[in-house]
Amino acid sequence: MTVPTAGATLEIRDLHVSVETDGADKEILTGVDLTIRPGETHAIMGPNGSGKSTLAYAVAGHPKYTVTAGTVTLDGEDVLAMSIDERARAGLFLAMQYPVEVPGVSVSNFLRSAATAIRGEAPKLRLWVKEQKEAMSRLEMDPGFSERSVNEGFSGGEKKRHEILQLELLRPKVAILDETDSGLDVDALRVVSEGVNRVRAGGTTGVVLITHYTRILNYISPDFVHVFVKGRIAESGGPELADELEAHGYAKYGVDALTPAGGRGLPTSPVLPGVVAPA
Amino acid sequence: MADVLATERAALKETGGITDGSIAVGVRPSTPRSPADVRPERLRSADPDAFVLPTGREEEWRFTPIDRVRPLLDAAPSAAHLSVDSEVPPGAELLELPAGSVDVPLPVDRLAALALARAGDALVVRVPKGAELDAPVVLRLTGTGTGEVVWGHVVLDIAEQARATVVLEHAGSAHYAACVSVLIGDGAQLQLVQVQDWAPDTLHVAHVASRLGRDARLLSTQVSLGGDLVRITETVDFDGPGGDVELRGVSFADGGQHLEHRLLVDHSAPHCRSRVTYKSALQGDEAHTVWVGDVLIRAAAEGTDTYELNRNLLLTPEARADSVPNLEIETGEIAGAGHASATGRFDDEQLFYLRARGIPADDARRMVVRGFFAEVIESLGVPALEERLMALIEDELGRAFA
Ligand SMILES: Nc1ncnc2c1ncn2[C@@H]1O[C@H](COP(=O)(O)OP(=O)(O)O)[C@@H](O)[C@H]1O
Ligand SMILES: [Mg+2]
Repeated sequence: MTVPTAGATLEIRDLHVSVETDGADKEILTGVDLTIRPGETHAIMGPNGSGKSTLAYAVAGHPKYTVTAGTVTLDGEDVLAMSIDERARAGLFLAMQYPVEVPGVSVSNFLRSAATAIRGEAPKLRLWVKEQKEAMSRLEMDPGFSERSVNEGFSGGEKKRHEILQLELLRPKVAILDETDSGLDVDALRVVSEGVNRVRAGGTTGVVLITHYTRILNYISPDFVHVFVKGRIAESGGPELADELEAHGYAKYGVDALTPAGGRGLPTSPVLPGVVAPA
Repeated sequence: MADVLATERAALKETGGITDGSIAVGVRPSTPRSPADVRPERLRSADPDAFVLPTGREEEWRFTPIDRVRPLLDAAPSAAHLSVDSEVPPGAELLELPAGSVDVPLPVDRLAALALARAGDALVVRVPKGAELDAPVVLRLTGTGTGEVVWGHVVLDIAEQARATVVLEHAGSAHYAACVSVLIGDGAQLQLVQVQDWAPDTLHVAHVASRLGRDARLLSTQVSLGGDLVRITETVDFDGPGGDVELRGVSFADGGQHLEHRLLVDHSAPHCRSRVTYKSALQGDEAHTVWVGDVLIRAAAEGTDTYELNRNLLLTPEARADSVPNLEIETGEIAGAGHASATGRFDDEQLFYLRARGIPADDARRMVVRGFFAEVIESLGVPALEERLMALIEDELGRAFA
């Protein structure tokens, strides 16, 4: 069932990103350099508010984040010149920290539309139903789930499973997982990690694991660990760096102890189906 | 449906909602606090001359482009008809009965009174006591031209303990003024679906007047897509305690279209429940929707439970949605009362989420709008009808995102 994907290298060079808050531009990313080669897993660890989600959203093309300098390429192709959906079709995937509710759009319709877009043709219905069902059962998701509206009324754990379900079905070249571990109990953490590991076992997908805790690294062992502080990578190393962070926190980077989870990230999305207040 | 409402309510609470209109507690309708709170007199009469000729300044006409309804207001009596095509399952009857032979709720405005006075025989669907229809009654009313005004009167007479689904579909070209009288006997249940799939030159002004007996149930869904101007007033009167009404609607207004839905739920009996969910999408210059939701809880209506919700999705900036919920409460002894109204543009976060999965922007927008309406349509529980209505909405979407 594995759809073979050739890998691709994501290169982020001197990336500067701003968001507009209260009418003023605020620089969040202050020069990020990062290279993800096919099959590699990188953990990005950093305190709340250091800009980890901003990095993820900027690479995915969220309109709220403006790239003011730097480059992002995927196998040499200019990612920043692509629209949001072009980036996804080029092989980028973002598992969101706060997945968005889309009322009235069923999970099955959503997944099939996404698979059709990413694969360039509609998957054969019979095969697709089987593929989706199997992927859901591996993630220990109830079959009835596919008839629910996307993310609407999902528990935190259900939302994260649903993100990893998409990861498994869409088989991206590079996956950025933004705090996929936060808010999960031990069981859910195991199930979700196994999903990520199945994708890694394909050998070609590059994975960027954004996390707050070392907990998930017991299940998914990274090849590289980066410490993210104040909008840039402060230090890079191997898995041992995570242990060091666990023991000593971020103090040596000029930040207070490992702050608890619960960073604001994106302002929680308005859940009014399809509607936001006029500006 | 119940949990759709619950989610919406939570959502509105979370975002603070955007609520227009008023809740007046313990204020009699005749005690206005400001000019905006002057409620219509709610005059009901079968005599057209009991109502003033509207100028557009009256509360109940202020959103309606009066010039465009002139052809109806100024029209003479006529014998023109819509053509009627029907499916009547065993257990139901379709009859033509002379005006005045059925006791119906009184008109709310001049055009409704004129329609009742001029329609001649009423088209009556009758479902006898205790009957349970296993297929919907379908009436397809088709206009054949706008030369003469058609005055119409349709009666749905659902006797005690009966259960029925009635679909009233409108299509073609017409200048049509009508009364639809909906009589639901004690313990009876009616699911009523009305579809406005008119040609672009049609004017349709109607009063849908429901009267529910003790423990009766009405689930009404209005689907307004076509026509130049559609203005439908729905009134609900309760004849006894325990009535339960859900009024739902979806509208999709294109450039130049005026689609207006006005509701008045009059809680005069104790322990009745009402739920209102109206949604509209608007697309194009001068696309205009109006939703006015009046709920009156009278002193005798203890134990009333009511909630109304209106949501409007502006697909282009030049469209305009007016939304006015009004709740008047004359007793403190109620089970619940609330309203919410929100009008806005596409949610960028939803579009981002779909597009981040490779779905192109236009397809993503289409999915969001389809989902917006699907919440109402897919709760009808009549699969063939749901499919057909979603197909009509797809057509609208096809035009919107052409
Ligand atoms: N959409 C936004 N609007 C305003 N400020 C934002 C937005 N996104 C992030 N920020 C700000 O940018 C900084 C970094 O946030 P974020 O990238 O979410 O950090 P992290 O994911 O590391 O917790 C924070 O100060 C946050 O408040
Ligand atoms: Mg974050």
